[in-house]
Amino acid sequence: MEFYRSHVLICTGTGCTSSNSRALIDTLKKELVENGLEKEIQVIETGCFGFCNLGPIMVVYPEGVFYCRVSEADLREVVQEHFVKGRVVQRLLYHEPNSTVKTTEFDEIEFFKHQKRVALSNCGVIDPEKIEEYIARDGYFALAKVLHEMTPAQVIEEIKKSGLRGRGGGGFPTGMKWEFAAKAPGDQKYVVCNADEGDPGAFMDRSVLEGDPHAVLEAMAIAGYAIGANQGYIYVRAEYPIAVERLTKAIEQARKLGLLGKNIFGMGFDFDIGLRLGAGAFVCGEETALLTSVEGRRGEPRPRPPFPANKGLWEKPTIINNVETFANIPRIIRYGADWFASMGTEKSKGTKVFALAGKIKNTGLIEVPMGTTLRTIVYDIGGGILNDKEFKAVQIGGPSGGCIPAALLDTPIDYDNLIAAGAMMGSGGLIVMDNDTCMVDIARFFLEFTQDESCGKCPPCRIGTKRMLEILTRITEGKGKPEDIDNLEALAKTIKSSALCALGQTSPNPILSTLKYFRDEYEAHIHDKKCPAGVCQALLSYTIIEDKCRGCGLCARNCPVNAISGKVKEPYVIDREKCIKCGACMEKCKFGAIERK
Amino acid sequence: MRSLDELKKLKAKTQKEISTREKTGKPTIIVHMGTCGIANGAREVLNAALAELKERNLTDIHVTQTGCPGLCHLEPLVTISEPGKKPCVYGKVSVENMKRIILQHVVNGQPVTEWLVNLEK
Repeated sequence: MEFYRSHVLICTGTGCTSSNSRALIDTLKKELVENGLEKEIQVIETGCFGFCNLGPIMVVYPEGVFYCRVSEADLREVVQEHFVKGRVVQRLLYHEPNSTVKTTEFDEIEFFKHQKRVALSNCGVIDPEKIEEYIARDGYFALAKVLHEMTPAQVIEEIKKSGLRGRGGGGFPTGMKWEFAAKAPGDQKYVVCNADEGDPGAFMDRSVLEGDPHAVLEAMAIAGYAIGANQGYIYVRAEYPIAVERLTKAIEQARKLGLLGKNIFGMGFDFDIGLRLGAGAFVCGEETALLTSVEGRRGEPRPRPPFPANKGLWEKPTIINNVETFANIPRIIRYGADWFASMGTEKSKGTKVFALAGKIKNTGLIEVPMGTTLRTIVYDIGGGILNDKEFKAVQIGGPSGGCIPAALLDTPIDYDNLIAAGAMMGSGGLIVMDNDTCMVDIARFFLEFTQDESCGKCPPCRIGTKRMLEILTRITEGKGKPEDIDNLEALAKTIKSSALCALGQTSPNPILSTLKYFRDEYEAHIHDKKCPAGVCQALLSYTIIEDKCRGCGLCARNCPVNAISGKVKEPYVIDREKCIKCGACMEKCKFGAIERK
Repeated sequence: MRSLDELKKLKAKTQKEISTREKTGKPTIIVHMGTCGIANGAREVLNAALAELKERNLTDIHVTQTGCPGLCHLEPLVTISEPGKKPCVYGKVSVENMKRIILQHVVNGQPVTEWLVNLEK
């Protein structure tokens, strides 16, 4: 066994890979060889740390030094200074957005301090391509425990007692789902993992698969034992190449060690897992559409009941759980249902992973106990709003979710509070918006997405979303009619109650929640033909304020359509007829003399 | 995998390898590697420490480096830092001394007092 005095962990999740962490690894290895350190310092490729906007991220153990935005050019210095002389390279350290003090160790960083990592506990700690590292952190011991010490009914009871609810959106109690499938008659049953993460801006499942694939495999085997299935499928989108690659490797390694396959642990239990790659249709995240797609047919939903627990894959009893749900299972078995239930709120136990995006300082992936307030997430973990602007709302739950306004910043986040606020947990995408965001435009953006992704099987969704999108587009173009708000509400209600699947039923949520909290913005667009946030181009006009204009002519020189004219040292004027509202003049003006309304 | 024991063995083996990434509560050997330290052979001392730990299969003992603390005339310096205890600084550490420090101090918990250079011993 080689003994390395230092481990250098470099993130090879999707975020850091796209900021070129692969090249970093190659160069670092070369530098280490040049300095004769390759036998002392080990370079480890790991999963996502969550702090994606600071990538590529590099953590040096045993000190736990956290380097961010490391480039290839920095590596020579890191090797010479840190690895040879033991001097931490200060300029690559992290500092909090609101301070200049550098933080060396990564457990001291505010972003990590408020988090509680359960589903992500191995991400950024182990090498996901080595099953041994997963095992060293108690991996597969939960599977061993259920096979040796527990009956299937006890496993289900334990999951029920933990209070775990589905992390993919609906929040259905996982233990109950398992119980239904266990009780359903049938000799052949299936376990399916829903890894078809499709919300814009969401990458929770992706990071779990990339950073800790074995947790999902182990959980699926446990589920198989609990319900009496010996075959599992993971339905993952082909757009997640790193996740697919790591899952493929993980399955191979588990089979090689006999942790998947026949007679696991010699206890007479067989279980194997196959991968199915999805082509990326949003509707395939819906469970019945997903199962249809696994069967090799066009991914379209079907009415429920019968629920998959009774008639799922090939009409056989099937449980289908989301990646994050599965990632919690081995930990529940290992540490007990009571440990899990000690986190969270009364009806929502455990933790939840959120993808933080939008106008926020710390973009990335976080995991917090259920019941954490939005304020903690946005201000303590997220570091506040970009450019210290005013917080307006968050969009939670993606295209199926809704917005939560500033007034509800102190609401503890759990399944039921979110539903009460008109949003939903969804898979956990959190898009933060500041005062420059137009809520009508946001609703239009999400509707455009659901409309595009509607599979077209049922008319309420196919036609309804189209009509809603038309109305919203009309409003943002300044052609809104007084009756539009009523029409939107009526359409929304009809679609909610009549669409076939969750995609359609939840598609009006972005409209309903923005109408609930920001009705005045809709009214301003329709009646005053104004966009209060200054986003909707058709409703904007640029004017030069005479008193402020010094007549320098910079705006006129930068106008691409020559819409600005005037004499030097006298106030200039914009010709509204010619103006294409590009905003170039406003950007260039040094005196703040151009106004957008 | 045919038994739980096999899994346990595999865990024990890899756990040692990745213990570098965890706080083990064991002593840490800190080699001072400023220019003065390196000129006086800190590199050899560091290598000796690693070789000795490997020999004894003590992979949960962390070895790190740091800069010059100012006692340049006593280089190479090595600090043994234990959680909850005052750090012990050794001066003029040779390859041979390093081995004894590991045996006596790190393994047996008895600082080699005659080599300590902490002002208050």
